[in-house]
Amino acid sequence: MFSQAYAAGLPIAASDIASRWDSLYNFLVWLSVFFFILVVGGMIYFAVKFRQRPGARAKYITHNVLIEVLWTIVPLILLMVIFVWGYVVYDDMVRPPSDAMEVRVIGKQWLWQFQYDDGRTTTGEVFVPVNKPVKFIMTSEDVLHSFFIPSFRVKQDVVPGMYTSVWFEATIPGKHQVYCAEYCGTSHSQMLAQVVALTADQWESWKSGKQLLGEIPKAGETAVAKVAGSSDAVTTSQGTTLVKAPNLIEQGQKLAMTRGCVACHSADGSKLQGPSWKGLYGHEVILSDGKKQKVDDNYIRESIENPNAKIVKGFAPLMPTYKGMVSELEMNALIQYIKSVK
Amino acid sequence: MSHTSAPGENYLTGPKGLKSWLLTVDHKRIGLMYLYTVLSFFLIGGIFALLIRWSLFSPDHKFIDANTYNKFFTYHGAIMVFLVIIPAIPAALGNFILPMMLGAKDVAFPKLNLASYYIFCIGAAFAVSALFFRGADTGWTFYTPYSIRTNTTVILVLCGAFIAGFSSILTGLNFIITTHKLRAKGLTWGRLPLFVWALYATSIIQVLATPVLAITLLLLIFERVFQIGIFDPKLGGDPVLFQHFFWFYSHPAVYIMILPAMGVISEVIPVFSRKPIFGYRAIAYSSFGIALIAFVVWGHHLFVSGQSEFANFLFSLITMFVAVPTGVKVFSWIATMYKGTIRFNAPMLYAFGFLEIFTIGGLTGVFLATLAVDVHLTDTYFVVAHFHYVMVGGTLMGLLAGMHMWFPKMFGKMYSEGAALVGFILVVLGFNITFFPQFILGAQGMPRRYWSYLPEFTFLNQVSTVGSWFLGAGFLWTAIYMGRALFSGAKAPDNPWDSKSLEWQSPSPPPVENFLHEPVVTEWTYEYRPSKA
Repeated sequence: MFSQAYAAGLPIAASDIASRWDSLYNFLVWLSVFFFILVVGGMIYFAVKFRQRPGARAKYITHNVLIEVLWTIVPLILLMVIFVWGYVVYDDMVRPPSDAMEVRVIGKQWLWQFQYDDGRTTTGEVFVPVNKPVKFIMTSEDVLHSFFIPSFRVKQDVVPGMYTSVWFEATIPGKHQVYCAEYCGTSHSQMLAQVVALTADQWESWKSGKQLLGEIPKAGETAVAKVAGSSDAVTTSQGTTLVKAPNLIEQGQKLAMTRGCVACHSADGSKLQGPSWKGLYGHEVILSDGKKQKVDDNYIRESIENPNAKIVKGFAPLMPTYKGMVSELEMNALIQYIKSVK
Repeated sequence: MSHTSAPGENYLTGPKGLKSWLLTVDHKRIGLMYLYTVLSFFLIGGIFALLIRWSLFSPDHKFIDANTYNKFFTYHGAIMVFLVIIPAIPAALGNFILPMMLGAKDVAFPKLNLASYYIFCIGAAFAVSALFFRGADTGWTFYTPYSIRTNTTVILVLCGAFIAGFSSILTGLNFIITTHKLRAKGLTWGRLPLFVWALYATSIIQVLATPVLAITLLLLIFERVFQIGIFDPKLGGDPVLFQHFFWFYSHPAVYIMILPAMGVISEVIPVFSRKPIFGYRAIAYSSFGIALIAFVVWGHHLFVSGQSEFANFLFSLITMFVAVPTGVKVFSWIATMYKGTIRFNAPMLYAFGFLEIFTIGGLTGVFLATLAVDVHLTDTYFVVAHFHYVMVGGTLMGLLAGMHMWFPKMFGKMYSEGAALVGFILVVLGFNITFFPQFILGAQGMPRRYWSYLPEFTFLNQVSTVGSWFLGAGFLWTAIYMGRALFSGAKAPDNPWDSKSLEWQSPSPPPVENFLHEPVVTEWTYEYRPSKA
């Protein structure tokens, strides 16, 4: 839309949102250049033209209503246009399509861990398909982090104790740099990762390579996809075949059994001491104080860690807290399981 | 009104001895003590800046390790914000000039004024003492929960900022009351210099916003010491709540830093253009417009924090409005020059520098107010560049313009215009070379507070580092020629710039009680009628 030459100063635009972002950014750049020339050019012109010279006399001018109204109203209109444009792009930036593939992300000092629906986890690299919307549901194990992917122009803080999300649809396959953008201590600048966007063929091999990873690998020993070249094979740096892991929902179901959740929460709609999980996720419940609460990841997490904060109407505050007893990986599996009980 | 220096004593030669300075209640001496203190901290903060830039000269520079680097940017930020930029113009120049502009003998509460200075010193001592223990590595923003977990002595810096805040509140209170009660006969609100208006608006923010910072820092101290569970999610607290509290003060604080500089520019441009300020009322009201909006835009620091989309919508919208009164000021300053007779003395040069730097700072602010654009740019070097252009460029240009303009009044000596021109070129060039590349680095995705970086960012980082040497040299040069002027400068006339403002109607340097005769004001401060020239 605007000068492509200037856009060369930006990272590659690897999503539709990124291209739209670039148009808005370039518009702002040119608008700024215009106003900069107007103000600083005007200043230099006046400084030269009206410099003190023998015989020169200053004119007595105190104000001019017309021009003052103009330079109030015109910028205001321009700013409102920029605001609306910025909001429209932002709205699409934060609203993922409902069919987006989900990956769960855990940030900790100083690495990124990724947990997939099929039960695998990777560190430092996350594998996603191109041309498909992908949503990351993120939390932190310790302090604030921020998940920043310049080539998609998206960034979202990762906050301990709650879930935030970021989504994108990669249009260019290959590795996309990820930075931690919220200061998190000593190795903040080394808390890097790659989003590896795979072509359709590569994605199929990655998906079928379930046996590749079962346990959480150490940082630096993560799976690596061959993106360039003719081979679409997915290999691990260990080169070993690991035991097939149960998928995330199965992991969650097993946890719900072993941690005793199922004693009070049914999966078939029958009413026990606690609300049934059947059809719970994504719907609203009425709380004991009459307020409505949408059941989302954050509410489920809160109900596990601080059960008495928001009791569903008709139930007694009986549940003990599980705070500190469920790891972030387990929490993700539990939520994914409860989500799946339809 | 006298136009010749009075024989006898002035405020510098008045009571003698160290004790007479340390226990002075003279606003001029207190102003100078603030000035020297602030400039000393500017030197320390500046050395840290140069060390940071040197460390960033190459991507894998092992000049300092990551922990040391993190401490250095924390010291740089905390010292520059709390001990330099916030007090620089109001407490140093304002203390000296405000009562004189009003035609008063002193501020309303001279002893309180001295107390403010010592409270500031105690706060500063606390903050700086952290250097001698385990330091602090949280950044000047103290974000939780990192600031709760770190094993550095961040608590000393928090106490320091907490204590220094009281000095800010008391100075603000003093200025508000002085402006209301001690104006000379005939000096109506509509005749007041715009520097007074700007300081008045600043004081209101200082009095209203600083207590919130004090409470926030206190809560953080309690959280660290007693583990209450306010901000720490492990204890059921909300880490994002801290960001709301912190920016509820620290955003208005940005205007505490810039409004006084705008006030200085509003004084310099009319005097050196020999013309009335254009749009006096609009400039005065826009200071209040900015002060008012300042309180309801804090959320624009939290666009990617997890704050709701609706809150983001509102904060982005309201933030856009800040640009309107800011634009009004800039346009009015340019219009003031139109058909004037412009003199290129150092204060005017720095006003030009202000307009160039602040315009870039302001325009890039619009980028960051725009929701979608901010998502990519926030927490990158683009933000670092932006706030250095606004707070550092803007405030420092204002401070340098003001220091040059009032130097003859303060010390009764003239500085060398030739030396000042060299200093100006070094500072403005150095500043732009240092910070402009950082806009591009940020747009390319380099996050801030990075000890190491990817190789593709090397070239622009090196340009920036080289720029910092020019900037440092400019300040060093300025310190040298100002120091020389102090001892061997030519004697200054009472009113070297031929200004209409009241402080120039007194001898240079002024007597202890400021004026030889009680001033009476009969016209507007900017009544620059065309003369014989």
